[in-house]
Parts: sequence; C-alpha cells; structure tokens
Amino acid sequence: MTARIAAAVAFLAGLFMAAQYFVKTDFTNLVYRSILDYYQIIFAVTMLIGGVSLIKHHSARITIRREGMIYSAITVAGVIFMIVAAAVSGTGVDSPYQWAFNNLQAPMQATMFSLLAFFVASAAYRGFRIRSRPAFVLALTAIIVLVGRSAFGDMISDRLPELAGWVFNNPSSAAKRGILIGVGLGSVATALRVILGIERSYM
Amino acid sequence: MNLNVSQSMLILLCWVLLSSGVVIFFTVRSSRWQRQLRLIPGLKAIEEAVGRSTELGKPMVFTTGWGGDIQRPTTLAALNLLKFIAAKAAAYGTRIIFPTHDPVIAETAREILKVAYAEQGHSDLFRDSDVVFVSPSQFGYAAGVDGIVARSQPGALFLLGTFEGEALILAETGNMSGALQIAGTDSTIQLAFFIVACDYTLIGEELYTASAYLSDDKRIKASMLAQDTLRLLMLILLLVLPVAALLGLNWHRILLP
Repeated sequence: MTARIAAAVAFLAGLFMAAQYFVKTDFTNLVYRSILDYYQIIFAVTMLIGGVSLIKHHSARITIRREGMIYSAITVAGVIFMIVAAAVSGTGVDSPYQWAFNNLQAPMQATMFSLLAFFVASAAYRGFRIRSRPAFVLALTAIIVLVGRSAFGDMISDRLPELAGWVFNNPSSAAKRGILIGVGLGSVATALRVILGIERSYM
Repeated sequence: MNLNVSQSMLILLCWVLLSSGVVIFFTVRSSRWQRQLRLIPGLKAIEEAVGRSTELGKPMVFTTGWGGDIQRPTTLAALNLLKFIAAKAAAYGTRIIFPTHDPVIAETAREILKVAYAEQGHSDLFRDSDVVFVSPSQFGYAAGVDGIVARSQPGALFLLGTFEGEALILAETGNMSGALQIAGTDSTIQLAFFIVACDYTLIGEELYTASAYLSDDKRIKASMLAQDTLRLLMLILLLVLPVAALLGLNWHRILLP
C-alpha cells in the first residue's frame, strides 16, 4: 500500500513538473516554487542526517582506535570547528570560518585538482599505446590535436592548427552529438519509467 | 488563465508528447515483443565483478559522481543499477561501500541497499556505515572516495553517474588499487578518461538501458525498443532535413524548437 501511494505521488509530481514547464500560470508557478521549497527542506534535513552520520562514522573509528584514526580525528575536528566558527562569528570576509575556507579548504582542493595533471599523463600513456590499427588512428589523431592546438602547431605548419580544428569540429563533434542524442532519449525513457511507476528501485 | 506558450515551446511540447507517446505505446504492448538484446560487455561484467570481489573477500565501491543530484536521470539510472548489484552482492555476502557527495542520494542508496540485503535474507550483512556522505565539495568528495578506495582495496569499483573533473582522479586511483572498474556516464568529456582508465565503460545511453538488460520486466525492456525507434526517427530527420534545406525547404524551422 505504501509503495502504491509513493508511486502515485511520483506519478502526479512527475506529471506536474513536466506540465508546469509548458503551462506558466500563477497557480503552476506557486506550486512549482512550493515543491522547490520542500526539496530544499528535504535537502537540509538529509544534510543534517549526512553530517551526523559522518561524525558517527569517524567517531566510531576513533573509539575503536582503528588504523588511520588520526585522519578521522582531523575530520571530526574540522567539522566541529567550521560549525562553531560559523555560529559564533558568522561567515563574513574576516571571520575565522572564511579564513579556514580560504587558507585550508581552498589549497587542499587545489592540491587534489593538481593531481589531475599526473593522472592525465598516466592515463594518456596507457590510452595511446599502439597495439592495434584503431589505437594507431587514436594516437595519430591525439598527436595532431595536441600539437595543432599548441604554439608548436603554427611553427611546424600553417595547416596543422586547421587540421586540429577540423578534427575537433567535425568527427569529434559528430560523435559527441550522437552520444548526446542517445542520452536525451535515454533520459526521456528513464523519466517516463519512473513517472509511470515501472522503475521503482528508488523506493 | 494566461497561457504563455511560444511557438518554440509548442514545437518542444510536440516532441515531448511524441517521445512520451512512443515510450508509453511500446511499454503498454510489451507482452507482444520477444527480442534479443545486444550484449553490452560492461553489463555482462557486473557478474564477474561481484564474483571477483567475493572470491578475493574484498568489498565493492559504488559511487554516482559529483556532478548529479537525485533529480538527474543519470543518477536514477545509476541507482537502478545499484539495486541489481546490491541484490547480487547480498546473495554472495559481499559488502558494498557507497560514498556520495549528496545527502539525498545517500539516504536513497541506504534504503536501496537495506532492502536488497533484506530481500536476499542477509539483513545482518548491511552496515549503516557503508553508505558514507563524504563532502559536498568536488575535490573533498574526490579525496574522500580516493581514501576509501586506497584503504579498502576493493575487488570492484563502479563509477556510474554524472562525473566532472573528479572522474579521472577516481578512475586512476581505482586502477592503481587493482580493482575491476566498470564506469558509465553521460558526460562526453569524462567518457574519454573512463575509456582509458577503466576495464569497462557504459557509453551515454547504455547506462540508461542497463536496468532493461538486468531486469526481467518486459515493460522496461520494451522501453528500450521505444528508444531505438526514436533514434531511428532522429536519424531519418538528420538525413532528410539537410537535404530539404539544400532544396530550399525550411522544414527544420517548423520541426525544431
């Protein structure tokens, strides 16, 4: 019975959200805004549950003195510090919260992002190993695009940047658009399966 | 009542109604079709991934990426897959760790995993702490998932959903840990990274069709046929509209929003 009610709510909500995109009236706008507000409330509540679960998870690791508990201790300390700092002195420009964000979180995020350069190199090495004819075509195309889009491209030949541009704008774009058309149709089918209650794994 | 619908919106509405009509038509008449589905290696490998993890006595890690929230069809498609993988994992008694950046996804996944383990009669194997809300920040999430992969050394890593800059960081970490990796996303930029770093990659819509392959429900399988029919229609339009434009017929202005 509960599943049927949930499926009916999903059906009505899905139908309404699709309809309100096309039919803009005061009533549909009001209901649409209310649904978004309710989503924000649900998000805030689940964020609270997520935060509690995060602290519980790491506190348990500290309690049982598991290997790497120091990282859990830093995580818990970080969460508590940010909550207390925001509650006591707000999130203004000169607040401790903002200081921690700019001087701790932002550099750590930049560090993670910079790892991407090394990972791209190792992935490219594996991807461009010429073991078959298609791999040769892939490696050749990659070299043309890489060299053609860099400053060296112009130095080697005027035609190289043009060729790189052609690869980028034609075969590459065609493949991308083909995938995107499939994604669009897949999205419609998935959304309809959920709205019609055929796909209920989220319940 | 003030109906503010432009011509462009009307065309879009017609396309939405046509697409929906085709999907509903095939779904309603699903019992009449008996079709053989083309095998997708990435989906066939799910069984292998679960079996490998079980044999090695290692957990599996499943994450839906930083780019999507629960409203995104890609996330829903990934969660549909989670249901099937969780059922297999529960049957073999294998653990699934589910790290995420979104608390709503975390709660939905928790429910899916709990039900999957209960249905297989292994409620005791479900650990609440295996669904981890890591961080809403992109690279905080990437660092958290990397840490989980490095510490747990999973037998299989599922990267299914909407990924952005963190895609290669996660896939390369998984590769270094020796996990069998199955990835799938709708992001065309990240697909290239997954193809070189992962063992199997579900390209774009293959992720959406995954539940049709894994489910016995004929209605879900029939919706795939609807997708193929719509794709055929798109192909015909892609061929006809440029030719018509060359002949001076501006059909694309009528048919496209």
